[in-house]
Amino acid sequence: MPATWLVLIVLALSAIGYVLGRQRALQNAGGDSRALHSLPSYYGWHVALMALVPATGLLAVWLIAQPLLVENTIAGQLPDSAIPESSTRSLVMSDVRRVADGLDLAVSQGAMTRDDAATLRSEFTQVRERLAEVGVALGSDVNAAVLSAAQDYRSMSRVGNLMMTIAVLAIAALGFVYALSRTDRDFRARNVVEQGIRALLVAAASVAVLTTLGIVLSLIFNTLEFFKLYSAWDFFFGTTWAPSFGGGSELGVLPLLWGTFYISLIALLVAVPIGLFSAVYLSEYAPGKVRSVAKPLLEVLAGIPTIVYGLFALLTVGPLLVQIFGDDGVGIMQASTAVMTAGLVMGIMLIPFVSSLSDDIINAVPQAMRDGSYGLGATKSETVRQVILPAALPGIVGAILLAASRAIGETMIVVLGAGAAARLSMNPFDAMTTVTAKIVSQLTGDADFASAEALVAFALGMTLFVLTLGLNVFALFIVRKYREQYE
Amino acid sequence: MYDAPSLERNVDQKEIKFSARNVQVYYGDTHAIKDVTVEIEDNTVTAFIGPSGCGKSTFLRCLNRMNDTIDVCRVEGDIRLDGEDIYDKRVDPVQLRAKVGMVFQKPNPFPKSIYDNVAYGPRIHGLARSKAELDEIVETALRRGAIWDEVKDRLDAPGTGLSGGQQQRLCIARAVATAPEVLLMDEPCSALDPIATAQVEELIDELRQSYSVIIVTHSMQQAARVSQKTAFFHLGHLVEFGETGQIFTNPVDERTESYITGRIG
Repeated sequence: MPATWLVLIVLALSAIGYVLGRQRALQNAGGDSRALHSLPSYYGWHVALMALVPATGLLAVWLIAQPLLVENTIAGQLPDSAIPESSTRSLVMSDVRRVADGLDLAVSQGAMTRDDAATLRSEFTQVRERLAEVGVALGSDVNAAVLSAAQDYRSMSRVGNLMMTIAVLAIAALGFVYALSRTDRDFRARNVVEQGIRALLVAAASVAVLTTLGIVLSLIFNTLEFFKLYSAWDFFFGTTWAPSFGGGSELGVLPLLWGTFYISLIALLVAVPIGLFSAVYLSEYAPGKVRSVAKPLLEVLAGIPTIVYGLFALLTVGPLLVQIFGDDGVGIMQASTAVMTAGLVMGIMLIPFVSSLSDDIINAVPQAMRDGSYGLGATKSETVRQVILPAALPGIVGAILLAASRAIGETMIVVLGAGAAARLSMNPFDAMTTVTAKIVSQLTGDADFASAEALVAFALGMTLFVLTLGLNVFALFIVRKYREQYE
Repeated sequence: MYDAPSLERNVDQKEIKFSARNVQVYYGDTHAIKDVTVEIEDNTVTAFIGPSGCGKSTFLRCLNRMNDTIDVCRVEGDIRLDGEDIYDKRVDPVQLRAKVGMVFQKPNPFPKSIYDNVAYGPRIHGLARSKAELDEIVETALRRGAIWDEVKDRLDAPGTGLSGGQQQRLCIARAVATAPEVLLMDEPCSALDPIATAQVEELIDELRQSYSVIIVTHSMQQAARVSQKTAFFHLGHLVEFGETGQIFTNPVDERTESYITGRIG
């Protein structure tokens, strides 16, 4: 039975459970809901949840575990002779899976009977041709070992699926009956449901945490793999970035880090003053009407996709800069793609981050601070400079560091605005590139995934992750240290 | 007990600091202050009493143009400080507020050191020519605020770390440091415990020697204790204004009597 049907049956069971649980509780109380410990719907929910949650939990675990288990067993059973010299066990296993899927398809289309599929012998039947008839293309003829492994694969999966169906339905029914049997007027269904809600929330929170953990782990393992192929010293301290897929690449991260740092610096130099000043204007000077129009307008900037900013950099800002600093002008800019182009546009992109967050933070400074300052005869700008900004400083630093994290992680603007050349240069009008842009270029294309040139992307990702993590920790530290000074 | 003749003689000697004529205040469409006329004397503590929302704080904030910071607020009428119209176009509200200091309901020290809190006003108004002079201003103000002995060893500590009563006295010292002529106090003791309240009240009585003090309070006992003149506000009207002793013992208006005896409020 497919998992979809199983889920639907369990859902139906739990819906019935809701109705029955509610009814039973009311009956037990003689139809008077005031005699119950909890509201009638809580008894219903209790039964419904008991039927639904353990069963779907088991289903989820089973769906993840079964393929892994079957795969490992079959792979272990494959005789070494079945693996050609030039191939690996995992490649043969993918053939096995393909044949098994093909047989499933053939059976479901009626091209084979179920018995045929299970007893097929490669000695007597052209498996490849018969599978091709139902639309499954195989790269080579199917040998006896692969075919029998595929047949084992199918039978194991079938047994597994059957067991899963039975187990899930049994658990659902057990939960249903148990919950229903506990339902009486004194049962504290409300508290139990509360526990269930709590568990649900904990589960949601742990999904987020576990995913992060998974991302980090996958980065770490691939990074370690990379450092087996390429020396860590050369990676961290190499000053040349010259990947070549034929081998003999130089994969020094320094030019990329420098590009990232340089572009982010220019972006922040643009975004922080403009963003902060506009935040001060919006929160302290602007009349209510201006504020109610200008703030959403500014936030629209944050909603523009970064690729659009990239186009803006490529088509507008770059050529404009070339006119001024190019060979016809100052003569220090060769092409329109440059650190300055990307930095300026990225700065514009970051303005709403800085201004919107800072505006909220400045507004959170108590009015009593302003009154105190105005009451002493301070002007608006004196009040802003000497009282409000110091009071809002931790939050503003947090906003700036958040913007810095965004700048470091930004990709599209760099790809389109800064060029692709990795170099160490002080001239902001040179083309450079960043860590993120290079991760993209290393992983797109036909590179062998096990080569140092592809795996370097994970090392770059890890470097970036550690950098932004450090920035965020630093931001947290700053905010903690200076928080709530004005309480 | 109250001795009418001697006090009247005293009053005659004092000059008028603030004189308000037919003041109207509007918050948008709300008419918050209706036709208030009052004269406030120098070297006197004047108390504004009345039920919540009667306009006493609003009127107080007219006297140093703090209402200017509220967009929808509109003030009409004539308010003169030493005979000069403070709502005249030539008057800079910022300068006015340096002359008319203000202490707020909730202690609001800045998130700075105790020293910087007090030095804030003198610094922005350029009252000190040297560090030594500034030190002296700060010390004098803290002594005036009756808090010097408690903080002299920790002037670098943040002002927000003091207790509520100390914070309020720090705010008073901060207001005093700009050398104002009038001190406005908007319920300065409402967030304080009885001991801190007593300290602040004692301080207000001392401040009377050098300033004209106007205090808004909800506590009639406090008004009776610290003030020489009392104004009773009700629904935006100034109902009665006179000697504190007379207001509390022999009010002319029956609304005043009802409020003081606790029948309205």
